[in-house]
Amino acid sequence: MIQLVELNKFFEEKHVLKNINANFLPGVANLVIGASGGGKSVLVKTMVGLEKPSSGQVLFEGQDYHNLEYQEQQTLRREIGMLFQGTALFDSLTVEQNVEFPLLMFSNMSKEERMDRVNLCLSRVNLINANKKTPAEISGGMKKRVGIARAIALNIKYLFCDEPNSGLDPLTSRVIDTLLHDITKEFGITTIINSHDMKTVKDIGEHIVFIHQGQKWWEGSKDDLIEAQKSNPELDAFVKASF
Amino acid sequence: MMNIFSEVGRYILFMRYVFKRPERGRVFWNMLLREMNLMGVDSLVVVILIAIITGAVTTVQTASQLASDSGILPPSLFPMAIVGSVVGSSSVLELAPTITCLVLAGKIGANIASEIGNMRVSEQIDAYEVMGINSVGFVSFPKILAGVLVIPCLIVISNFLLIFGGLIAAKLTGIMTMDEYVTGLRSSFVPLYAKVLMVKSYVFAFIITSLSCFQGYYTIGGALEVGEAGTKAVTKICVTILLFDLIIAKLLL
Repeated sequence: MIQLVELNKFFEEKHVLKNINANFLPGVANLVIGASGGGKSVLVKTMVGLEKPSSGQVLFEGQDYHNLEYQEQQTLRREIGMLFQGTALFDSLTVEQNVEFPLLMFSNMSKEERMDRVNLCLSRVNLINANKKTPAEISGGMKKRVGIARAIALNIKYLFCDEPNSGLDPLTSRVIDTLLHDITKEFGITTIINSHDMKTVKDIGEHIVFIHQGQKWWEGSKDDLIEAQKSNPELDAFVKASF
Repeated sequence: MMNIFSEVGRYILFMRYVFKRPERGRVFWNMLLREMNLMGVDSLVVVILIAIITGAVTTVQTASQLASDSGILPPSLFPMAIVGSVVGSSSVLELAPTITCLVLAGKIGANIASEIGNMRVSEQIDAYEVMGINSVGFVSFPKILAGVLVIPCLIVISNFLLIFGGLIAAKLTGIMTMDEYVTGLRSSFVPLYAKVLMVKSYVFAFIITSLSCFQGYYTIGGALEVGEAGTKAVTKICVTILLFDLIIAKLLL
């Protein structure tokens, strides 16, 4: 489980994350939702260690991530996969090399074993016959799939996705959502998806954290969402505006 | 003024992470070879052209100033062999290391800063970090080491070609005989100058690669800022090279 304890983040004078306490449940798709500019991306970046919190803790199975020794932090990072908003594929490498990259860096697999794993991951995201293409030669949806394949190439425990549907058409968005849901269940990983797409919430969300103006406004299961809307006008406005 | 100190501080902190042990020796080795090829082989043509032309121009201009009809000096005050001496010394001491590195700042420096800047704005550096890779070392160390290994070789080649360019110019323009040129060249040789050349080569190579990596790594924004990173890197490298040129000359000569 990942826990956030009184997490605060300032950018100079601007208070971006305000005293956030939240839990992200293991083995399910946890969704961080909220309007653009509300602090979702900063929250996810702080959780994966790309931003340092001004105060508070990010606990991975009880370990305070930001207070670990450098080497311990690097080891924990190898259990984290991330799908970036812009996919962040290495543009000098082919699709195959992108997926192979974490294996090359952190496993002792032979070339054949690495290729088997690469092909398994690529077939898992339904990407075939694209091994030798470069990121510039494939579509946005395919890039997202390569990003997911790269993220799961190592046996990760946590998968973070920053706006996985941004820039995709509704049909491809649903395909990516389904893929993320299936991978979460199949590999038993803790998935944290940052999104403002209520269709994603409806389709795959299990545990929801609603962020509004840098604060955690509401947290609960998808089933509790409709009930919560009645007593939470900000959440209600966000949900209604999204449909 | 505070900005300069803050920038130097950030640069020192950046360098602390560059020289950490690479995660994978084999990957590092492949990247090093790739960078050496990009910096060395791809820069060879421009270095050859610049060196030959600069050598030729230096010979022609020096000869012109010493010529009896230039009006600058009294007729026949100096033998023409002194042209070879001037070209030889200035090539070793200044033209080969400094001019070559200023050119390489524009080629290699801008290239590195833009490449790393692009990796930064497209979140590729964040991807390395999330994977648990020391991104500073991963993207910068192979480039800096490749530069320190390859650029001094380019400078030595440039030095020989500068002298050769002068020789060609002397012969083609008929301003002196080849014997005069070579005699002047030999008379001016001082072994210390070769040491100065090598010290400058290594220092300038480090400046070009490390400053461009630093500039690219801290790029914020988009395509426009990536372009700016390249320009800023070249400006900073040129100023720093000239500053260290003076310091090294003062310390070693």
